Amino acid sequence: MKDNYQKIIDTYTPKEDILNNSIIAFITGGLMGIIGEALIEFYTFIMHIPSKEATVCMLITLIFLGCILTCLGFFDKWVNFCKCGLIIPITGFAHATQSAALEYRKEGLVTGIGTNMLKLSGAVIIYGIIGSFIFSLIRMLVGLV
Amino acid sequence: MTIYFKNVFINETSTITGPYEKNGPLSQYFDKSYNDLYFNQETWEQAEEKIINESIDMLKEKSKIKDIDILLGGDLLNQIVASNYAASKIKSPFIGIYSACSTSTLGLILASTLVDNNIVKNAVTFTSSHNNGAEKQYRYPVEYGGPKPKTTTFTSTGAACALLSKLKKGIKLESGTIGRVVDSKTTNIFHMGAVMAKAAASTINRHLKDTNRTIDYYDLVLTGDLGIYGKEILKDYLKLKYDIILKNYNDTGTMLYDLKKQPVYAGASGPVCAPLVTYGYIFDEMKKCKLNKVLLVATGALMNPTMTNQKLTIPAIAHAVSLEVIK
Repeated sequence: MKDNYQKIIDTYTPKEDILNNSIIAFITGGLMGIIGEALIEFYTFIMHIPSKEATVCMLITLIFLGCILTCLGFFDKWVNFCKCGLIIPITGFAHATQSAALEYRKEGLVTGIGTNMLKLSGAVIIYGIIGSFIFSLIRMLVGLV
Repeated sequence: MTIYFKNVFINETSTITGPYEKNGPLSQYFDKSYNDLYFNQETWEQAEEKIINESIDMLKEKSKIKDIDILLGGDLLNQIVASNYAASKIKSPFIGIYSACSTSTLGLILASTLVDNNIVKNAVTFTSSHNNGAEKQYRYPVEYGGPKPKTTTFTSTGAACALLSKLKKGIKLESGTIGRVVDSKTTNIFHMGAVMAKAAASTINRHLKDTNRTIDYYDLVLTGDLGIYGKEILKDYLKLKYDIILKNYNDTGTMLYDLKKQPVYAGASGPVCAPLVTYGYIFDEMKKCKLNKVLLVATGALMNPTMTNQKLTIPAIAHAVSLEVIK
């Protein structure tokens, strides 16, 4: 009976609109890229910050915006609409961390925020570090550095 | 296992909901609705506790009873914590029950057994759930907006209470079938309809066999919170496996919200979903004699994030009660 039940489930499980979602994510993600680029230009040419530091300033600005908009309570709706357009950029990381921090604030600064803030985004940090280590190792072994 | 009750009636009910339910099509049938999910409390958990107490107080006021002989209830939070804290404020013996979203019908069956066997004079059963409390515990932080599949159900917010006694008033509770735990063989936590439909089918079949009835005996068969896709799965599976064709059938998960306008994906879920719709809307229809016999099959996915992370399949259960208009 297992296969029959699984067959029925498959019949009535709707397909996700992959094409539609991809187009939305492509456009919104592209807009995020434009905003990021505009911020770098702003920091380089108007604030006269060296271009390497300007990139860091851009990231900090986007993280700040992601956090503050999450706190204002409507960013989750934007993320839900834009999907990977806002999740893959640094704004998604900021949103995930900030939303967890908000959620556990009432359980204390250490036992609440401290323990749970990286609940969603902790995996990104861990595998980001492992990934960058592996790729650096490969680069070193191939002799690119 | 089906238990028959000679003389048990649901005398009075009370329902309190949150804002999403208030904006749904059944808002006129609820006793009270809040516009804010905090209900003037500090946290989601305390908010849930508050509406349980408030609905019990409301039930006492409506039915004019002073003492509750026994209180039965449960919710979705870990250690059914909202129920336990709410019960600590009430000076009655308390049985905490957990059967996920089928807690309501399990409560009704247990309470009826106690009343029918003269162990208690009256019994109050309650169930509650809180959307944000459940999201926090089972899924993601409330403010996190990651996309969800279309099959996701939306945990309803509210508390519902029922007073049962031998007094011939209200709706008759004729019999109840305690379900068996059925392994759905699925692991998709975003498709609870698929997880629970098999359990619902098993309980409906067992109820009809035990009582020697056909499905046409009931004017309406109601399932708990299968959602729009689970509903179709149940219909197909019942036909295929048990040769039962559901005609007068609906799912409370698809009735509580306006599925086109509200952001609830496949429909409502949560322990309070079935009683909110039944105590409010269905009882009203029964009192108007538009419906005479109703089979309520509340379905519960016995999901635990630890076990699903260990790649185990999700078990489900369904308990059925047969409700009748007093003749």
